[in-house]
Amino acid sequence: MLDVTLKIRRYNPEKDKKPSWGTFTLKDCKNTDRVLDMLHRVKYEQDGTLTLRRSCAQGICGSDAMRINGRNRLACKVLISEFKEGQTIQVEPILGLAVIKDLVVDMEPFFAHYKQVLPFLVNNNPPPKDGTGRDRERLQTIEARERFDDTTKCIMCACCTTSCPSFWANGEYVGPASIVQAHRFIFDDRDQALDERLSIMADSDGVWRCRTIYNCTPACPRGIEVTRAIGEVKIAIQTGKRN
Amino acid sequence: MQTHQFDAIIIGAGGAGLMSALHASRGVKTAVLSKLYPTRSHTGAALGGIGAALGNLEEDKWEWHAFDTVKGGDYLSDQDSAAILAREAIDAVIELEHFGLPFDRTEEGKISQRRFGGHTNNETGKPVRRACHAADRTGHMILQTLYQQCIKNDVQFFDEYHVVDLILNANRLAGVVAVQIGTGELHLFQAKAIIFATGGWGKVWDVTSNAFSLTGDGAAIMYRNGFPLEDMEFYQFHPTGLYPTGFLITEGVRGEGGVLINGRGERFMEKYAPKIKDLASRDVVSRAIAMELRAGNGIKGGPYLHLDLRPETVNRYLAEAGESRRIDAHYIETKLAETVDQGRTYAGIDPVTEPMPIRPTAHYAMGGIPTNNDGAAILDGQNTVYEGIYAAGECACVSVHGANRLGTNSLVDLVVYGRRAGKAVAEYAKSASFVDLPADAGRKVEAELNRIRTGSGKTRPDVLRRKMQNMMTDNVGIFRDAKGMRAATEMLGELKETFQRDLSIDDHGYKFNSDVLEAFELGCLLDIAEVTALSAENRTESRGAHAREDFEKRDDANWLKHTLLCQDDSGKVNIQYKDVVITQYQPKERVY
Repeated sequence: MLDVTLKIRRYNPEKDKKPSWGTFTLKDCKNTDRVLDMLHRVKYEQDGTLTLRRSCAQGICGSDAMRINGRNRLACKVLISEFKEGQTIQVEPILGLAVIKDLVVDMEPFFAHYKQVLPFLVNNNPPPKDGTGRDRERLQTIEARERFDDTTKCIMCACCTTSCPSFWANGEYVGPASIVQAHRFIFDDRDQALDERLSIMADSDGVWRCRTIYNCTPACPRGIEVTRAIGEVKIAIQTGKRN
Repeated sequence: MQTHQFDAIIIGAGGAGLMSALHASRGVKTAVLSKLYPTRSHTGAALGGIGAALGNLEEDKWEWHAFDTVKGGDYLSDQDSAAILAREAIDAVIELEHFGLPFDRTEEGKISQRRFGGHTNNETGKPVRRACHAADRTGHMILQTLYQQCIKNDVQFFDEYHVVDLILNANRLAGVVAVQIGTGELHLFQAKAIIFATGGWGKVWDVTSNAFSLTGDGAAIMYRNGFPLEDMEFYQFHPTGLYPTGFLITEGVRGEGGVLINGRGERFMEKYAPKIKDLASRDVVSRAIAMELRAGNGIKGGPYLHLDLRPETVNRYLAEAGESRRIDAHYIETKLAETVDQGRTYAGIDPVTEPMPIRPTAHYAMGGIPTNNDGAAILDGQNTVYEGIYAAGECACVSVHGANRLGTNSLVDLVVYGRRAGKAVAEYAKSASFVDLPADAGRKVEAELNRIRTGSGKTRPDVLRRKMQNMMTDNVGIFRDAKGMRAATEMLGELKETFQRDLSIDDHGYKFNSDVLEAFELGCLLDIAEVTALSAENRTESRGAHAREDFEKRDDANWLKHTLLCQDDSGKVNIQYKDVVITQYQPKERVY
C-alpha cells in the first residue's frame, strides 16, 4: 500500500482568471492502480470539482489523454508502479488545444481536421454478387489487408497530434492523427479516391508540415508507427502510387 | 431554453445509434445527441467478432444461427426476432464491408470467421466458424466505420449533449431535453420520433467490463416517465474478465483455442459442458467459474482462475481433439493483439508465455426498453406501440437474446436492429406531425439538476455508488436468493432516500459540471438497480443468466414469459407479462 501525491493543473472558467496547481495526497494506493483511478479518488473523496474526460478506462476509447509527468499518455493505461515511491505525479491537459476546464480541452479543431481528410471509404463499383445474385463482400487479399493494419488501430485520442511541435506552432496543420486516418484509406486497396486523398495531404497544411520530429510515435498509446505512416504518405504523394 | 426541431432524434452514438442515424437520415431530418464524442462509445471495446452465417470457411446456415440464439437465450428469445437477427446478419455484415470495414480475410480473400461460444453446426453439434472479425478489435472497427459513413453522409451531431428527460405533452411524445455539457445549458429538442441507443448499465455492479458512461440513462428516463422495462432480471456476467480490473478478455481467445484451468490444473469445463467445453454459452461458463471458486479451486486459493492461451497448451488440446490446426506466438500477437496488450498493461503478464488471471465480470443487459421487431417501444403484454419512441441496441429488449446473449450477437443486434429502427423512424416521421412543446417543457428535470447542484448534505455520491455496487454484486449477481434480493431492494430504497435528501456536491457551477452530471447518472443507476432487483426477486425460477439458489430449475410451465415492470406516478410498482414468441423451436433442456 502506497501514498501517492498528485499535482494537477486546475482551471475553472467560471471562477479563475488563469490556471493554477492543486496538490492532493492519497493513501492506501495499490501498485495496480492507474493514474485514472487516482484522479477518480481525488474527485470522489476530496474535490468533486476536478473535471476530466474518461469512459472505457481500458485504453480503447481515447477519452483520457493527458500530460502525465510531461508526456502524453492515456491516464487509464499508466500504472502508478511506473513511478518511484514518494514521487509526485504531475497531471496536466494536453497541449495545443484550448483548455475548457481542468483536464478537459476543446477537441473541436482536432475532429475538424479529421473530417477534412475524407475519412471514409470511397468505392463506386457495384458490389460483387454471388451465384444467387445476392451482394457479397469485396475480396481483399491477406497481404493487402495487412498493408494498412497498423493505422486501423487509431482511436483519435489526440496524444500524437498534441505532442507535435509543428502542431503547437500552427494549429492549422492537420496533425499526425489525421494523417494516420488518411493513411488507413490511402493504403486500403478497396479505396478509389487515392488521387483526391494525396492532393489533400499535399495541401499547405497537410503532410509537409511534418518535420519528422518524431514526438508522435512514442506518444501513441496504441503503438502505431505514426512517423512511419506519415513518411509513407509523403512517398505516396511523390510517386502518385499507393505502394 | 434554446429549442431545436428535427424529424428524428437519436440518443447515443454507438453502433446502434450510428447505424440507425445512417438510415433515418436518408429519409428525414435527423440529429444524433451523444453525451460522449461518438468514437468514445463503448461499442469500440467489443472485441471478438460479429456473428453472421456467411459460411466462408465451412458450411453454415442462418437457421442454425437462429436456433443457437434461441437456445443460448434459454428459450426466452422471441423466435421471430432471433430469425430476423440471423437472417439479416448476413446482409448487414456485407454492408459493413462495403462501408469499408477492414475485416480479416481468408486465403480466398473473403471475410474471415472464427469459432465462438454457443455457435454451432446444428447437425453435428460442433462449434462453427461464424464470427466475422477484424483482429480482436471488431467493435472498434465497426464504430469507426459507421462514424466515417455518418461523416460521408453529413449526419448532424450534437456532441457532448447529455439527454436527461423526455418531453411529453398530453401523453404524447414531443421531444427530449438535453444538457449541453460545455455550458451547462438545457436545450429542448422537438422531434416527431426518437430512438434511444444509450447502451447498458454495467456500473450497477462493482466489477464490470463496461465504461464509466454506461449508467442506463435511456432506460432510466423511460422508467421514470412510467414506461415499462422488460426482462431486467437477466443480466449477463461474462466469464473472462481480467483480474483484478474486470476488463473483458474476449471470448475469441477461447474461440482460437484458449482453455480455462483451475487451481488444480484441471480443464474443468469438461465437467460442466462435456460436448463443447470452454465454448459453452457465457452464463454456463460464468456459473462454472463461480462454482469452482466457491469450491476453493481458485489459483493458489485466490478469487480467480486461469485462461491459458499459450501455444503449447492450445496445441496440446487441439491435438487431443484430433484437429490439425496449430497456433504460434506470432499468431497470438497479431490475431489477439488487444488481448496481449491488456494482459501486459493491466495484469503484468504476457499471455503468450503465462496464463491470464480471470474472473466473471458484469457485462451485458439482455433486458431493457421493450420494443417490437421494428424498434418501436411497446407498453404492455399485447405489444401496444407507443407512437414516436423507439429503441435499439443494448438498451432495447426485442427480445433477441432472451435470458442470455451469445457472443458476437450484440454487434449484429446493433446493426440489424439499428437499421430496422432507423428505417422505421424515417417511414413514421414522413407522415407524422410534431407535437407542441408544453409551456413547462424541461422544467422538472431542470429543477432536479438544480437540486443536485445545490446539494449541501453530508453524503458524497461515491459513497452511495459503492454501497449500491457492492450490494448488487453480492445479492443480485451470478447467484441469487429471495433473502439477498429483498435485502438489496431495501438498501436501494434507503440509498435513493439519501440521494434525494442528503447529497453532498462540490461543484456548483454550470460549465462542464461532471459532479452534477455524474450524480444524475448515479440516480439513473439506482433506479435501474432497483428494477433489476425487483424483477429478479419476482421470477421464481432459474433461466439463462438468472440463477437462483432457492429455485434452481427452469420452470417453463409457469415462467416461459417476459417480465414487464413499470411504476406509476405514486411510485407503485406494477408487473405484467408478455408471451414468448415460439415459432419452431419447442423449449428443451439446455445442454452444452
